[in-house]
Amino acid sequence: MDTVVDILLLAFLAICAISILRLRDLFAMTMMFGLFSLISAGLFTTMDAPDVAFTEAAVGAGISTILILATLAQTSRREQATPARSKLVPLAVVWVTGAVLIYGTADLPAFGDPDAPVHNHVGPHYIQESGKEIGIPNVVASVLASYRGYDTLGEVVVVFAAVVGVMSLLGLRRRPPGLRPARGKPDPNDVLKVIATMVVPVILLFALYVQFHGEYSPGGGFQAGVIFAAAIILYALVFGLDKARQVIPPKVLNRLPAAGVLIYGGVGVVTLLLGGNFLEYYALAEDAKTAQHMGILFIEIGVGVTVASVMLLIYFIFSERGRGKRPDEGNGDGDGDGDGDGALSRDEGGTA
Amino acid sequence: MPLLIDLLSWALILVGGAFGVIGGIGLLRLPEFFSRIHAASITDSMCAPCIIAGLMLQSGLTLVTVKLAFLVVFLFLTSPTASHALAKAALHGGMDPGRTRRLDGEAES
Repeated sequence: MDTVVDILLLAFLAICAISILRLRDLFAMTMMFGLFSLISAGLFTTMDAPDVAFTEAAVGAGISTILILATLAQTSRREQATPARSKLVPLAVVWVTGAVLIYGTADLPAFGDPDAPVHNHVGPHYIQESGKEIGIPNVVASVLASYRGYDTLGEVVVVFAAVVGVMSLLGLRRRPPGLRPARGKPDPNDVLKVIATMVVPVILLFALYVQFHGEYSPGGGFQAGVIFAAAIILYALVFGLDKARQVIPPKVLNRLPAAGVLIYGGVGVVTLLLGGNFLEYYALAEDAKTAQHMGILFIEIGVGVTVASVMLLIYFIFSERGRGKRPDEGNGDGDGDGDGDGALSRDEGGTA
Repeated sequence: MPLLIDLLSWALILVGGAFGVIGGIGLLRLPEFFSRIHAASITDSMCAPCIIAGLMLQSGLTLVTVKLAFLVVFLFLTSPTASHALAKAALHGGMDPGRTRRLDGEAES
């Protein structure tokens, strides 16, 4: 049964990928990318990797779709036709690369092979000893946060570096160019607003659950951060960017990515000061398992803060850009998507 | 009794699956955008809850059932809203529900 599901999902993935290649409508492509991520998340779930599936569904299908849409709102909706050139050279390059990759997979161990190097190195130790050494049921969390604490610190720093790059290129303005709020007719998004007020708090609560229950069930700082950011982005989409900026002022948000990395690194420094090695949580408390719990809890908070704030910052920066260029857009809908809709109606007019 | 529950749960799952197929056919075959949204929302509002109800009967009175119940509530709130938002965006984008014609993107993709 698993094989059938796998084959179906992989076939969907392939269809998705091919249709993305063939589409010329960037908006439809964005939707297909979201679908691609969602199917990948399904595949991860069938492989018993719900932690990864979580992140893939939230980032790939949720936030990155919104980021691409925010970018799309500033460019055109259609991909421009590329000038006709010889397709032989690219085709040859693709074929050769593909052949090399397929040749390379011949040497890889089969999927799930117990003799594969991955399953003979440190993996068995993590799986067998995690209960005794770390004492939390979710082995993924114990590997991520404790055994491979250095790697995870590196990942958090990468996320931090990404937002530093985006901010140094684009920057977040303290006070964005506002939309004119005064409108004659009543606001038309009532249904969305009612549902969003009901759903957003629940999503935030779920993010907290994923954050603090990550040692027992799938989840942790990365997933929680992404879900938290998705909730705020949903709020921003429905109620407008200005309202969302009142929830989390940029002055605070600017500092949060660094704060998360500091919390993570700070735990390491504290363990150093208490006489252990960097990120060796045993120094934190008398009891070994309590110490591990504390360490994992703290660094997961650091991870969560960084990931959530980075996602939000990137979203705010991207969606602000669209406003800066066209200060007098926003005629009626007011959610920063005025330009996208304009492009849509232009298309309609041209073909109808 | 377990047999009855099993039967009921499979009936629900099959009905849900049938709604999914009907919704899919409608999504492909119906002539214009708004009726297609209508077909898609059948999948949202009947297919998923039916299947989840069937699964709830399968899992009995456990934590899984509670989680599935939360899922139903969440879907019940969000999917009609998504259909509504889609239809409104289409109206806003200048689509006319009165006219029946094929979608633009259809010919090219």
